[in-house]
Amino acid sequence: MSAMLLNKDKWPEFVGKLSGKVWVPKVEEGEAIRFGPLSGEESKLPEYCNTRVPPKEIVFPETETLYCFQADEHEMTAPEIDERKIIIGIRPCDARAMKIVEKLFRWDVDDPYYLKHRELVTLVGLACNAPGLNCFCTSVGGGPASTEGLDIIMFDLEDRYLLETITEKGEALLKEVEGLLEEAGQDVLAQKEKLIEAAENKISRSVDTEGIAEGLPGLWEDPLWKRVSASCLGCGTCTYLCPTCHCFDIQDETEGFEARRYRTWDSCMFEEYTRHASGHNPRPTRRERTRNRINHKYSYYVDKFDLIACVGCGRCINYCPVNIDIVEILRQVKEAL
Amino acid sequence: MKTSENPYIPYLATIENAWYETGGERCIKTFKVVIDDKEVRENWNHCPGQSAMIGVLGVGESMISISASPTEGRFLRFSVMRMGKVTQALHQLDPGDKMTIRGPYGNGFPLEEWEGKHILTIGGGIGQAPLRPIIEYVKAKQDLYAGLTMIYGARTSGDLCFKDEFTEMSKCDDLSCHLTIDIEEEGWEHNVGFVPQMLLDLNPSPENKIAITCGPPIMIRFVLENLKKLGFADEQIYTTLENRMKCGIGKCGRCNVGNLYVCKDGPVFCYSVLKNVPEAFA
Repeated sequence: MSAMLLNKDKWPEFVGKLSGKVWVPKVEEGEAIRFGPLSGEESKLPEYCNTRVPPKEIVFPETETLYCFQADEHEMTAPEIDERKIIIGIRPCDARAMKIVEKLFRWDVDDPYYLKHRELVTLVGLACNAPGLNCFCTSVGGGPASTEGLDIIMFDLEDRYLLETITEKGEALLKEVEGLLEEAGQDVLAQKEKLIEAAENKISRSVDTEGIAEGLPGLWEDPLWKRVSASCLGCGTCTYLCPTCHCFDIQDETEGFEARRYRTWDSCMFEEYTRHASGHNPRPTRRERTRNRINHKYSYYVDKFDLIACVGCGRCINYCPVNIDIVEILRQVKEAL
Repeated sequence: MKTSENPYIPYLATIENAWYETGGERCIKTFKVVIDDKEVRENWNHCPGQSAMIGVLGVGESMISISASPTEGRFLRFSVMRMGKVTQALHQLDPGDKMTIRGPYGNGFPLEEWEGKHILTIGGGIGQAPLRPIIEYVKAKQDLYAGLTMIYGARTSGDLCFKDEFTEMSKCDDLSCHLTIDIEEEGWEHNVGFVPQMLLDLNPSPENKIAITCGPPIMIRFVLENLKKLGFADEQIYTTLENRMKCGIGKCGRCNVGNLYVCKDGPVFCYSVLKNVPEAFA
């Protein structure tokens, strides 16, 4: 593992030298919305806590063609996935989410699309110096400088970045820009430790997950589900913006002779999600759907993969139009156990 | 990506024969299909109880249980009720037409584990489709099983599937076939009454038996109750579940009951497992 320093004024040169398309957080009207390809005008990373849309869409696009075919014919062709991307500025929670979701996409049968996208991205994370109001990564196995899923982690040291390599992929990337970097000394590493500690202390929200995975199924008929879902609109924002939500629908689309089968993000918060063709719906109301969302993340996924499928990024809290708060739900779960 | 490396790309299959099992708005059509690719066809291995994603390009795919037993030959059968968009499109297919197939998916019935036992199937309506391959399988390997009892019912005689096969079945020695319909009909020589009641009336001893039930949820509920009344242990009772599915390979998320994915952990479940899954009969 190497620890190198990059002066911020060398940023344009740094990103210019990398072999692969560089993606960074894009700011629109003062808010970091989502990651996008670097354009010529950007001479530095923007100021941001995290993007509204998680970078999961880079490895798991909102809609993705599975294969194309001609109407009335039976030849099916899957698109080539071959673009190398370097994601700079991904937050540790979102990189961890990719690692968590990868378990599912590797479970028993490999998902060739997800795994190809994942193979082609290099993740250069940016540790959080100032976590957001609703961040609770430290409660669910992460942290403001977690390196899980990352190839390189960067620390913002005001006028320069400290870059630490995590994987060989990251090591190889730094080789491409060797001339721009200098070795980091002990003083810098000590400074880094202080930053991490300060960031951790700024996280004000927390969940005590002890006993939740085992206890949740036992709360099946608890009145809490009615309570916590009472104001839910079923809009699905919590799942669309969740970096670990990975459920999808498969649909066909035909335009003239060109046809394709594609997958598209779906949400367990939608009524149609589980509705049978007969009209019967095993999760008929928002109570059952909310219960499933929480159980899936905090119990079923733990059962299958020994991981909580939540990284504590806080997006579902920040963007819920009716202020439904997963930390509060989990507090009530804990209370009911 | 080649087909073999991409689990989402289906195989093509040609419909060799197709016929209606039942009539009406929600009619059931059976397709006998053969996979086009010789290598795929010869390597295709499914066991009774497994399902496949069948579909029509440009419309979509549905998870349908494979109602042929591998002992019948290198072809597949699907009995499809006309319900939604995809099954309506499937119903328009005739012999010679193509459908797409992915699979086989799911766990299937543990038929090897059941060797030496008497198999009791209890089906209702379209629920007979996943039970049919068990019956065919056990018939083909009669020496390995202590016997076979089939209870099958539907609302009317016109709603019973696989009717042409019953006469032949009643000729087999180790096999007893019990049919029932809900409402009295002229010319009907078999039982009249609901499936769960017929099970009680037959009063089968649980000794050395395995009971498998498939059908509408309400029927399953009462059959389970009655099996317990008859003294069947949870471990002797099996059923299959169905839920909306898209991928069939445990990725798309929707088919779970509690922590179990119907597409991968099921569709066959032992009651000893299922009774602890809160969402199983939702």
